[in-house]
Amino acid sequence: MKTVFERTPTLKDCVTHYCPGCGHGIAHRLIAETIDELSIRGRTIGIAPVGCAVLAYDYLDVDMVEVAHGRAPAVATGMKRTNPDKIIFSYQGDGDLASIGAAEILHAAHRGEQITVVFINNAVYGMTGGQMAPTTVLGQTTATTQQGRKAIGQGYPLQVCELLAVLPGTIYIERCALSNPAQVRKAKKAIKHAFELQLNGVEGLSLVEVLSPCPTYWRMTPAKAMEWLENEMTKVFPLGRLKDVTPDAGHEI
Amino acid sequence: MSLITDPTKETKVAEKGQSSSRAGERILMCGNEALAEAAIIAGLDAYFGYPITPQNEITAYMSKRMPEEGRVFVQSESELAAINMVFGASATGKRAMTSSSSPGISLMQEGLSYLAGAELPAVVVNVMRGGPGLGNIAPSQGDYFQATRGGGHGDYRTITLAPSSVQELVDCMPLAFDLADQYRMTVLVLADGILGQMMEPVTLNKKPRRKLPDKDWALTGADGRDQNIIRSLWLGEGVLEQLNYKLQDKYKKVQEKEVLCEQHEVDDAEIVVVAYGIAARIVRHAVDRARKEGIKAGWIRPITLWPFPTEQIGRAADDFKVFLTVEMSCGQMVDDVKLAIAGKVPVLFFGRAGGGVPTVDEVLEKIRQLTIPAKK
Repeated sequence: MKTVFERTPTLKDCVTHYCPGCGHGIAHRLIAETIDELSIRGRTIGIAPVGCAVLAYDYLDVDMVEVAHGRAPAVATGMKRTNPDKIIFSYQGDGDLASIGAAEILHAAHRGEQITVVFINNAVYGMTGGQMAPTTVLGQTTATTQQGRKAIGQGYPLQVCELLAVLPGTIYIERCALSNPAQVRKAKKAIKHAFELQLNGVEGLSLVEVLSPCPTYWRMTPAKAMEWLENEMTKVFPLGRLKDVTPDAGHEI
Repeated sequence: MSLITDPTKETKVAEKGQSSSRAGERILMCGNEALAEAAIIAGLDAYFGYPITPQNEITAYMSKRMPEEGRVFVQSESELAAINMVFGASATGKRAMTSSSSPGISLMQEGLSYLAGAELPAVVVNVMRGGPGLGNIAPSQGDYFQATRGGGHGDYRTITLAPSSVQELVDCMPLAFDLADQYRMTVLVLADGILGQMMEPVTLNKKPRRKLPDKDWALTGADGRDQNIIRSLWLGEGVLEQLNYKLQDKYKKVQEKEVLCEQHEVDDAEIVVVAYGIAARIVRHAVDRARKEGIKAGWIRPITLWPFPTEQIGRAADDFKVFLTVEMSCGQMVDDVKLAIAGKVPVLFFGRAGGGVPTVDEVLEKIRQLTIPAKK
């Protein structure tokens, strides 16, 4: 019998704590595959956020640290500046990166820190019970927007990629989605490209935003959540490469 | 003078890989710059900081000297970021520090709690200024509670060193880094606006370090080994409780082994004045003048505020003494003095707050009021 697909070694063989239909498991796999394909497990340090992915080190078999809510880009700065030969990545959710850690990501990008950020946007706070995130779309009901998010008083969904792409300190900004296998493959390419840029010593911050389903707090079945992600969420967060200083790097969208 | 090191035992040769040319020199420096150079000599790998008065000389000095030494300097976007940059560098096994003044240290409390939970070494200098709030930029000792009680959330402590001269500020930097590495704790160096700004002649010592444990917990990339994880979240039933007991065991060891305290003419004294930092130097002059007037006065100066010299102060308390605590605050360390004395003798307080500095005359007058005048 021919093996056509197997678990990549850097993804641990363990029971998941994520909800059925959650996107984190897929995103973890894409990172683990990237690390193995680039053979960088021995020089990679990952940073876990506060949020559902706080236990990312239970799944990713690399050196990892868990940090205060939103502070991952500052921690990454401390790590990369003192260890320029290491590959440093942070894995952050929308509340972590775009709300409480907005200053840290903005300034790490502004300084052009040579780090890779995987930004998981599922438009809601998962771990604390489905509250409004900065990326919650207008009209979306959450625990704290029970009549649906209204622009006035609750704000518009925050477009992180668009914000960061204008900064000269960023080298690569792309938004992907985990809504179907074709999109997952694109997300994998984007994540791998972001790691490669760091590996190749390109100065600046790379960020891949990954639109990811949260069936539990979207109050949907996993299948329905994928549909909503593809049809509704991408209207607010258009997919694509917003910036790449190395357009000839062989990466196709 | 300094209790922390013996200047005669300095080694003038910089260690390999450290081109710190100023080691062994006797020079006139302000406290902020002197402590910065001392940190560099002590093997500081990375400094992260955000501007705030009265400690800006540290940031400016580091911005020049660290790159000269091939080491890391980053001006952070906030004190929150600075302490987390320290967290990141420390997690990879590097010697990292930040410095700030009172309002900035308040912002760092989240990071200090995480450092404690993750058991990461760090050195943080607080050049205290008047508070609360934005306060002012005058010297103060108003952050004693914050420094000695943990400051952030959770059951933890930070070792707190309180130098009282520029030389001692210099001497406590290598000690701070060694203590941080030995116990995997944050060490706070508690200075104030006077110590930071004033200039004194100092010798920048290059002293032998403590024998320190390997940092096998550090994140260096899991090359040929199992992954290392640094974390402070423990959700399993009872796991966090056990971690807390482990931390407490460590803190107990620190209390047993690392107390530093200086005392002078306490045995026959009728009044013992307890003060730390720059206030202790004011007290020393007041006590000297009291002795000349025939008042049996002595002083005790805690150098470590946590661990506090509880035993030393408790031993000094006998039936014939009163204690006076002098602080540049409305009375914070006086609580620890009272705990040490446990009601055996009266403990009184004199202090000035919000940037006010007690004068020698004021302290002397207080000593006179509390003692029976010597018979002519």
